[in-house]
Amino acid sequence: MTDLHWIFEPGFFSSQPVHVAVTIGGVAAVVCAIVGVFTVMRGQSFAGHALADVSTAGGSGALLVGLTPLTGFIGGGVIGAAAMDMIGIRRVRGRDLATGIVLGASTGFAALFLYLDTTSAAVTGATQQILFGSIFTVDPSTIPIVAIFSATALVIIAVIYRPLLLSSMSDDVAAARGVPLRLVGLLFMLALALAVGLSALAIGAILSTALLIGPAAAALRLTKRVGSALALACILGVGSTWLGILLAYDSYYWGSSHRGLPVSFFIVGLTFALYLASGLPVVRAHAERRAKQSGEAP
Amino acid sequence: MFSSFMMNAWITATIVAVIAGVVGFFVVLRGTAFPAHAIPNGAFAGAAAANVLGVSSLLGLGVCALLAALGIGALGRRGRKDVATALALVMMLALGAVFVSLSGEYEPEIYSLLFGEILGVSTSEILPVVLLGLACIAAVVFLYRPLMLSSIVPDIAEAKGVRNHRMEMAFLVVVAGATTMTLPVVGALLIFSLMIGPPAAARSITDRPLLAMVLSVLIALGTVWIAIAASYEWNWPIGFFVGVLGALSYGLGRGWAALRRTRRAVHAVHAEAAQALAG
Repeated sequence: MTDLHWIFEPGFFSSQPVHVAVTIGGVAAVVCAIVGVFTVMRGQSFAGHALADVSTAGGSGALLVGLTPLTGFIGGGVIGAAAMDMIGIRRVRGRDLATGIVLGASTGFAALFLYLDTTSAAVTGATQQILFGSIFTVDPSTIPIVAIFSATALVIIAVIYRPLLLSSMSDDVAAARGVPLRLVGLLFMLALALAVGLSALAIGAILSTALLIGPAAAALRLTKRVGSALALACILGVGSTWLGILLAYDSYYWGSSHRGLPVSFFIVGLTFALYLASGLPVVRAHAERRAKQSGEAP
Repeated sequence: MFSSFMMNAWITATIVAVIAGVVGFFVVLRGTAFPAHAIPNGAFAGAAAANVLGVSSLLGLGVCALLAALGIGALGRRGRKDVATALALVMMLALGAVFVSLSGEYEPEIYSLLFGEILGVSTSEILPVVLLGLACIAAVVFLYRPLMLSSIVPDIAEAKGVRNHRMEMAFLVVVAGATTMTLPVVGALLIFSLMIGPPAAARSITDRPLLAMVLSVLIALGTVWIAIAASYEWNWPIGFFVGVLGALSYGLGRGWAALRRTRRAVHAVHAEAAQALAG
């Protein structure tokens, strides 16, 4: 154990904030990875990111009225998802624009709420907490709520799995087979809102896109099978989250200043590095060779 | 409201609105809303870094906006565009968060970089803003025809010898330039509103490109002026007004377009009925 001292700085395993962070981070990473794979396949990264900005407004608004940020993240996300569905983000034409307009309006509200948060004496550190997250300060009593939201998101995906997969590959084929596209799309946006909210709790609202898109996009570059992409995305997501937490914890002992670097930075950096690595020619060629060997269409 | 300490804000905001209106027109036309959102966020990292290193924040903004633009262009060529944009965006934001945490100035710094601070504009900052603004306009005028062609009919543009990817890169660089000058005034998150709300509204009112561009500038000017006045009057952040007015102008534009469509349809029905009666 003493040799591991260089990897795990003292107190890592006995600290309660670390336990909470590891639990919440892990759960959020799994939900994000699974929802993220479909988000990337459907080309809805922008929608995912816009929902993150809507949850920023939700989270800062929740602080203002004395609710927990998580309630606001999820509430804001669900309202945002409904609004985007209403102005028609399902049509590819004009979809970016509709998403952008919702995004723009919601950042306006975020600006107002955060301003009011920072001017009211009751809330301190709101901007930092909402935007960039602070997983080490999450209250342990949030864990059951996180579990409920995560279970809901995963159940939604499980229930609509087949029609969702079909409509993610081709809307036309899905429509011809009688898939209710609008309903599936709406349910998926709901799951997306939940995933973004959980991610916002873990790494901050405006960074939450990283956990959603990064591991999923890397996994989809490495394998063409949806099942293995889902599993791989979960492993990559949980791996980078836990490693990020560890690095952030250790960073407190780096140098002499004794000021830890933000957890979110490490998690975002790791997922970005994973994405870049998955695009390297060597890695891709290897993945394609393996796909051919297993008799799968490349 | 028009006292001397507000004059800088009025002048810069006016220039910002003109640039955002012109550049935003192409953002909407090309459907590059996501990169236009991502580049300002990347620039946020630059401003934060400049603060730590002690160099001019305009320099930091410019360099990072340019890096973000080129990075998005290059990454988007090899993978899915929206994924590359999303990941480049959060990476730059996370770097920005680190720089802000290193500089030790937390809240107000992050807040004003993201959401803008009209009173923060000093007289010495106006000249660079004017110069950059002129450069952006000049670039748009210079690129006008090929840019228009590659935005509307990319295939024909390619056949006529316009390199679409190069055009995309050039345009992202223009967006980066526009971002650099607008960020200190309206903030990283809200330049985007200004670049997308007014042009989208203008586009739903008219199909003629030059007219739409002029309208887009006018709507952007209206938005910023009302936002400054309202922000001064009620002491609420300018970003709130820019964001909400941007969305509102788009809503009005859509409403106007829908109204015109119904009117046209009604006219058509009337004409048909008249013909049927005459026949």
